Amino acid sequence: MNEGNGSVIDELKGEFGAEAVIPQETKDGVPTVWVKNSTAHEVLRFLKNKSPRRFRMLYDLTAIDERVRRQREGQPPSDFTVVYHLLSYDSNEDVRVKTALKEGESIRSITGIWPSANWYEREVWDMFGVRFDGHPHLRRILMPPTWKGYPLRKDHPARATEMGPFRLPEEKSMEEQEAMKFHPEDWGLKPGGEDTDYMFLNLGPHHPGTHGLLRIILALDGEEIVDSVVDIGFHHRGAEKMGERQTWHKFIPYTDRIDYLAGVLNNLPYVMAVEKLAGIEVPDKVKVIRVMLSELFRIESHLVWYGTFAQDLGALSPVFYTFYDRERMFEIIEAICGGRMHPSWFRIGGVAQDLPRGWDGLVRGFLDWMPSRLAEYDSIIMKNSLFKARTKGVGAYTLSEAIEWGVTGPNLRACDFEWDWRKKRPYGGYEWFDFEIPTASVGDCYGRAVVRVEEIRQSMAIVEQCLKNMPAGNYKSRSPLAVPPLKERTMLDIETLIDHFLGVSWGPVIPAGEAAVGVEGAKGNNSYYLVSDGSTMSYRTRIRTPSFPHMQTLPLLAKGLNIPDLIAILGSIDFILADVDR
Amino acid sequence: MNQTLKHLLIVFGVLGVMMSIAAGLIWVERRLLGFWQDRYGPNRVGPMGVLQPLADVIKILAKEDWVPPFADKPVFILAPAIIVITVLLSFAVVPFTPGIAIANLNIGVLYFLAMSSLGVYSVALAGWSSGNKYSLIGALRASAQMISYEVFMGLSLMGVVMLAGSFNLHEIVEAQRGLWFIVPQFLGFVVFLIAGVAETHRLPFDLPEAESELVAGFHSEYSGMKFGLFFVGEYLGITLISALITTFFFGGWLGPLLPPVVWFFIKTFLFVGFFILLRAALPRPRYDQLIRIGWKLMLPLALLNIVVTGGIILAAR
Repeated sequence: MNEGNGSVIDELKGEFGAEAVIPQETKDGVPTVWVKNSTAHEVLRFLKNKSPRRFRMLYDLTAIDERVRRQREGQPPSDFTVVYHLLSYDSNEDVRVKTALKEGESIRSITGIWPSANWYEREVWDMFGVRFDGHPHLRRILMPPTWKGYPLRKDHPARATEMGPFRLPEEKSMEEQEAMKFHPEDWGLKPGGEDTDYMFLNLGPHHPGTHGLLRIILALDGEEIVDSVVDIGFHHRGAEKMGERQTWHKFIPYTDRIDYLAGVLNNLPYVMAVEKLAGIEVPDKVKVIRVMLSELFRIESHLVWYGTFAQDLGALSPVFYTFYDRERMFEIIEAICGGRMHPSWFRIGGVAQDLPRGWDGLVRGFLDWMPSRLAEYDSIIMKNSLFKARTKGVGAYTLSEAIEWGVTGPNLRACDFEWDWRKKRPYGGYEWFDFEIPTASVGDCYGRAVVRVEEIRQSMAIVEQCLKNMPAGNYKSRSPLAVPPLKERTMLDIETLIDHFLGVSWGPVIPAGEAAVGVEGAKGNNSYYLVSDGSTMSYRTRIRTPSFPHMQTLPLLAKGLNIPDLIAILGSIDFILADVDR
Repeated sequence: MNQTLKHLLIVFGVLGVMMSIAAGLIWVERRLLGFWQDRYGPNRVGPMGVLQPLADVIKILAKEDWVPPFADKPVFILAPAIIVITVLLSFAVVPFTPGIAIANLNIGVLYFLAMSSLGVYSVALAGWSSGNKYSLIGALRASAQMISYEVFMGLSLMGVVMLAGSFNLHEIVEAQRGLWFIVPQFLGFVVFLIAGVAETHRLPFDLPEAESELVAGFHSEYSGMKFGLFFVGEYLGITLISALITTFFFGGWLGPLLPPVVWFFIKTFLFVGFFILLRAALPRPRYDQLIRIGWKLMLPLALLNIVVTGGIILAAR
């Protein structure tokens, strides 16, 4: 965070020499350095193991196709830039390490340093065609294996109309069919043990326990899971690519659909990142409204989890109760936003509208209604001995494993680790609120449940504080880049009229730069890393979602357990497939 | 001649009543579940939705009779019939009233246990012949569950048999004129109830079908009337176990004022309701936990019950 003496950049310069490390200015203040391809591996290893700051978590790994980017002063020439974003819990700092690659150049895999790099590197390979040497299983992860081209390259079309009509001739159909045949070796699975053949079971893509389109290939010995492979990508909708072809404003509705249970909680990191690029300060009222809506959606998301988790374990009723509560919340959301699941209500520089008359009564009604319901759920779910028998000691990871694998949010806090972005790096007004960070002692399925249940209560406390302390003021910033701009002066002077016209017709032109904003989402840390090239659209939109690394931990958690445990684990890690695949 | 006619009447009467109860229970269960889950349940077909089963039957009969090409056809077709047949045969020994029972067998208890053991073939064969891995796992679970729970299901009834001094269900009911066996045989009742839930694969012991894990398990591949038979078999099973709990522990048809048959059905339906309540209320244990409860807790309890009951009877002499 801090430049100058004693920063991580100085540390790197001291270790690797001043010429090997080229710093870059970013709008978000995250220390960003360029290192050579040949030293990148060493730099990352140093940052994780030797640096006193101990960047123990690989927060994100992605790439940027730089070939048509115009405004990149001071940055080394690059066709494809691989971006490593590391996080240190010890010193509460970030560092971003970038490596420039020529087209066709490969880079050394860091799966030996962080096991969680596995999927991230596969994604970069899949999307940009950047090869990682030494990766154990470099194959497409989101796109089908027969896909031609690399979707996030700038020369890859974003619209179907740019691609010519789709045809499926006989031979192509056969080819696709052939590609779907299952060979355990292709997935790195052994066909059998010493004296047994394993049974391979496809759990999904359509299975009630997977909560969406997810395929888990299980190698079973009896009902025991010997090995498992997660096959994702069925829910891939190219959200990042769409970010590069929608205006800054028009991308907001797409964010709602990433973690589709958390609605506007997805808008928050996106609009905050854009505001950081544009230098917009939002009024206090906006902050409090955003916090309130975010927390309402957090509760909503947790309620869905609560009911469906119980259902995964065979309890049929709780899902109806929690969905009923959620329905009550949708009445509030609908009154405020007009939409329900995906209201797309936050705007660059504010929110879409002021709060409607009577919103406080609705929120109050909900806050009065909910506590007794939660107490009831405690007695029918959390205190149920069958529920405990199914979840305690099942699918546990230790804190160091969790950090190693990039786990965030409630799943990380379940490992007895008090870390919440809202508290540790307060953003968007969270510093004004008084709430606790719930933790659990063991990072098993039960622990994860305990944390989420308590989080519902804490979120209600935050909503209550919003209710009592809603500031007066505007619901949108007066910045010319706020979209759509406040209108009262539009017809009075020409400047505002022009701003309004441009903002509404083209969309705002956001100054060039880079910024990432991460927030405490419902499932874990959700961040948007935006690169602006000074245009009406984003140059690169990277969405770091919590479910992606969480899903990657599944084989680790499920090994040696059996099918019902796997379902319990799936339910307990609370993932959304759109959040995994984007 | 008159006697034969009466017998035939009872046989077909029981068959008819049981089949209609099984169908009616579909509605009862869905309405009760709806009630407990804060929703309506089926309420559109006929008054309060009571004609829903009729609509279901029409739909299910009109469906294509489909056998998956990878299934073992004869076994696949036979399997659903087995469960209905064995459960219906078990009803032969149930004494509805002193006068209404199809067969007054001396070994009624053993006959019922034998029939319920045969029932497992239905589930095991269905899962195995489907040629589907989920079904196979369901079938394996069903077999293991049956083997574990059959054992103490039989043992849990031995206390009742000792007290009544007979295997005849009619005499067992008569022996409860002074005191229902629920009081001296409470332990036996609990064990029998749990075994009964396992026997009918109802939540929390529905592991062979385990919707969220095995996607309906042993009957994943079934559709149309063949699936319907499993459904009917399940409801018949619930009715049978409830009827037997009534017979063994709650004095069967005994009761004041009302006619015996009314008492019998009141008691039976209370337990049917209890079965449905279980489904609304509980999560499902894991397979190994279920087997462990069976062998390590239920079996010793059943044995203890026999020893204590036997000891007391001997001492009382």
